[in-house]
Amino acid sequence: MTQLATPPAVRPATPQPARRPRRTHRSAYLFIAPVGLGLLVFYLYPAVSTFALSFTEWGPFGGHTFTGLDNYAAVFQLETFWTALGNTLLYMVIGLLTLPIAILFAVLLNREGLRGVAVYRTLFFIPFITLPVASGLVWKWLYNGDFGLLNQVLQVFGIPGTYWVSNPDTALFAIGVVQVWSQVGYYLVIFIAGIKAVPKEYWEAAEIDGANAWQRFWRITLPMLSPTIFFCTVINVIATLQIFDLVYVMSASATANPAFSASQSIVSLFYEKAFVEADKGTATALAFLLMLLIGALTFVQFRLQRRWVHYV
Amino acid sequence: MSDRLLAPRSARGSLLGSVATHAVLVAGSVAMIGPFVWQVLTALKSQPETATVPPTLLPREWLWSNFADVFATIPFGTQLVNSLVVAGAVTIGQLAFCSLGAYAFARLEFRGREVLFALFLSVLMVPKQLLVLPQYQIMSALGLLNSLPALILPGLFSAFGTFLLRQFFATIPKEFEEAAVLDGAGRFRIFFSVMLPLVKPALAALAVITVMHSWNDLLWPLVVNTDPASMPISAGLTSLQGQEWTNYPVLMAGAAMASIPMLLAYLALQRQFVQGIALSGTKG
Repeated sequence: MTQLATPPAVRPATPQPARRPRRTHRSAYLFIAPVGLGLLVFYLYPAVSTFALSFTEWGPFGGHTFTGLDNYAAVFQLETFWTALGNTLLYMVIGLLTLPIAILFAVLLNREGLRGVAVYRTLFFIPFITLPVASGLVWKWLYNGDFGLLNQVLQVFGIPGTYWVSNPDTALFAIGVVQVWSQVGYYLVIFIAGIKAVPKEYWEAAEIDGANAWQRFWRITLPMLSPTIFFCTVINVIATLQIFDLVYVMSASATANPAFSASQSIVSLFYEKAFVEADKGTATALAFLLMLLIGALTFVQFRLQRRWVHYV
Repeated sequence: MSDRLLAPRSARGSLLGSVATHAVLVAGSVAMIGPFVWQVLTALKSQPETATVPPTLLPREWLWSNFADVFATIPFGTQLVNSLVVAGAVTIGQLAFCSLGAYAFARLEFRGREVLFALFLSVLMVPKQLLVLPQYQIMSALGLLNSLPALILPGLFSAFGTFLLRQFFATIPKEFEEAAVLDGAGRFRIFFSVMLPLVKPALAALAVITVMHSWNDLLWPLVVNTDPASMPISAGLTSLQGQEWTNYPVLMAGAAMASIPMLLAYLALQRQFVQGIALSGTKG
């Protein structure tokens, strides 16, 4: 901090250090111009514009009238908004199950002298590499109420199946499972790297002191991994709050699905409002509320990390 | 290494443990890969055969025509080419534009650098849904709806890519550049022939992430390109679902073919994929 404060005080006395930056600065703008202008036009302007437009009513032939918080009020009065919000939070909670599963497999894959690690890692990663639309369709077929493999297998054990993605009671969970399945490989890779970074001496010392495998996991692996777990939790929450592809493919097909609203996420509601119903005012307010939700939940996690994340 | 006294006990323990470990890992692998096996088997069956109870495991007759039917139902070939062209263009554009900007942020001093960099970072925080409506209007105003440029243009620029590469440029010792400066090389020369080769692993990682995101993206293509001939494969595949009744063998054949290019790329470039994915945390 003090270092940052000193240079300005020195600068007037010795003009020479101030000249050096000048020699290079002009070309820098040329370097930054392509990506800078692109981001300005396609990202920064749209973001500001969405924010501004969320306070206006969109005329049918263009043009906007300022309506204050009307769009936000409209969103809060929408029953589908509250359903979608609840659904999205539920997707988030289900999505978080990805982390313990990934940790379990990462710990197993880190066992000393285990054979076939590369093969297992490759296999676990494949769902993550697969086009989400394709995964959604494959699972929709597995979940099929009449001839899906899941019901056929359940029948062998005498368990009655259901129409998983069109039954309002099961649709959200069925989609959430696919989300977890597709993401495990991604977090597995991160956790494997995280465990590798822990010095071996820690486990060896604990073993000598008589700690069993279970104690070593809870007392050493997990605390040492907590910064990685924190990072993954933040990333995972941001990603699942924006869930869309799987919901769109598995639930929102053109056919009337009785479970449509029971599995709708905020982003799929946004898509519906913006591009199916052309209710752009509501859609912009919805998009902005989603950003606030993501920001708030990320902020809370950063505040809470002091309680459980151990930085070495 | 291990204590000879302890060897018998720990050997027995580790054998049991290793069997249990493999059992759990095999079960996990089956859960991960099983759906794809069933997908391919379904893709090779006739429609009536998929509707039998109990199901057949292997197809009675291997029906390769389901794959051809995909091309007859939707412009699958065109969509596959669209996806490849878009992914290629977006990746080349991002590598070029982001590396230029990243180099300047990491290495050149100029007025407003901190402010500009903060602006770049602020773009990282915005979820893409927030941008879709105005971006759509821009494309519409440019007359680019239902065209490949509509899919490519916004993807050419990335705050994330710039940030990622900046972090790598910043780690390269200054001496590499200073020698070139003394030789009288221009800034662009230094960037292109000295610095760029040094960040190759980061470029590879960014390329992998970008290709994957471009290939997978669904919301944006659904919005801008509603004409099947201008859709990428992700959006095209959704239209393969029937209105009331779905032909699952054909659907599974289409889903399999749409997944194969990324799968092949992954198997060929595993290291780059894993590295890129480990770095990709903030890109969503």
